[in-house]
Amino acid sequence: MIMTEQQALYTYALRLGDNALIQSYRLSEWCSNGPILEEDLALTNFALDMTGRAQALLTYAGQIEGKGQTDDDLAYRRGERSFYNQLIFELPNGDFAFTIARLLFTSTYEYFFFEQLQHSADKTLAAIAAKTLKEVKYHRAHATDWTLRLGDGTEQSHNRMQKAINELWMYTGELFATDETEGLLEDRNIAADLAPIREKWNNHINRILEEATMAIPVAGYMQSGGRKGIHSEHLGHILSEMQYLQRAYPDATW
Amino acid sequence: MATDSQLATWEVFMQAKPGANYIHAGSVHASDKKMALQNARDTYTRRGEGTSIWVVPTDAIVASNPEDSDMFFDPANDKVYRHPTFYVMPEGAKAI
Repeated sequence: MIMTEQQALYTYALRLGDNALIQSYRLSEWCSNGPILEEDLALTNFALDMTGRAQALLTYAGQIEGKGQTDDDLAYRRGERSFYNQLIFELPNGDFAFTIARLLFTSTYEYFFFEQLQHSADKTLAAIAAKTLKEVKYHRAHATDWTLRLGDGTEQSHNRMQKAINELWMYTGELFATDETEGLLEDRNIAADLAPIREKWNNHINRILEEATMAIPVAGYMQSGGRKGIHSEHLGHILSEMQYLQRAYPDATW
Repeated sequence: MATDSQLATWEVFMQAKPGANYIHAGSVHASDKKMALQNARDTYTRRGEGTSIWVVPTDAIVASNPEDSDMFFDPANDKVYRHPTFYVMPEGAKAI
């Protein structure tokens, strides 16, 4: 079956929306657990930025689908195999270094991604991208500063940061994966072109890691699957908690 | 001051809108200027409270001593002619 533009756009909006939603969930887990109060607030602030982005993208996905699904329906009543976030976003937070290393990788990616998507031929995506760009610019600055502090800090912070970078590396490849969905939308100037984004990402990450006295991992096997609904064991746990209320008490209001 | 295990403290001053006075909002912990500014942003501007922030190391603030309050503040209390209460406030001077 040939994919229509509508189907491709629906999948594309879901993928971006799910990245934001799952990322928001993970960062909000830092609430009351941050290393200092200020950092607790910073990370949960980012989570709120991402919730807003998820809301906009899932609302849009529902409109494209045209079956009356709201952002809440898509967030709380979709099964695990119908979530399309990239795997890196669902990994558990680990220690603070792990959370920062992930935020460095993902916010750098999102910065270059939304920088390009703001010129999308799709006006809704372009508007969401322009708003998101301001947010992720700050996320990236925050993650960059902490990477430098931890990487070039004490022996312990350096080792933890290096461990986090090594563990996360195999999840960075999926950020640049494409399939027929991106292909179709790229031809119509709707989707962001990932090739230049990858180059910018590599340059920025290499520069920051070098400055942070980190060893850059060698390219090896890359994990993937999330974008097609094949997830690690972690997403199911997220959804069982996140969706509990709507599953147990559908349409509950208060 | 008691030592604090969570980095040095910085005092945060916020400007609510361009041209307005900077008002003390509170304090944050931070290891350097940049972190202080970011932490102040994350702690005090979450609901659109400000357009500009100053951060100042707490150590750099010189405070008056409560023991000196008689000498400092008492002389002004009973002299009504020190207050510009006999002027009519011009219309539109909202910032006064």
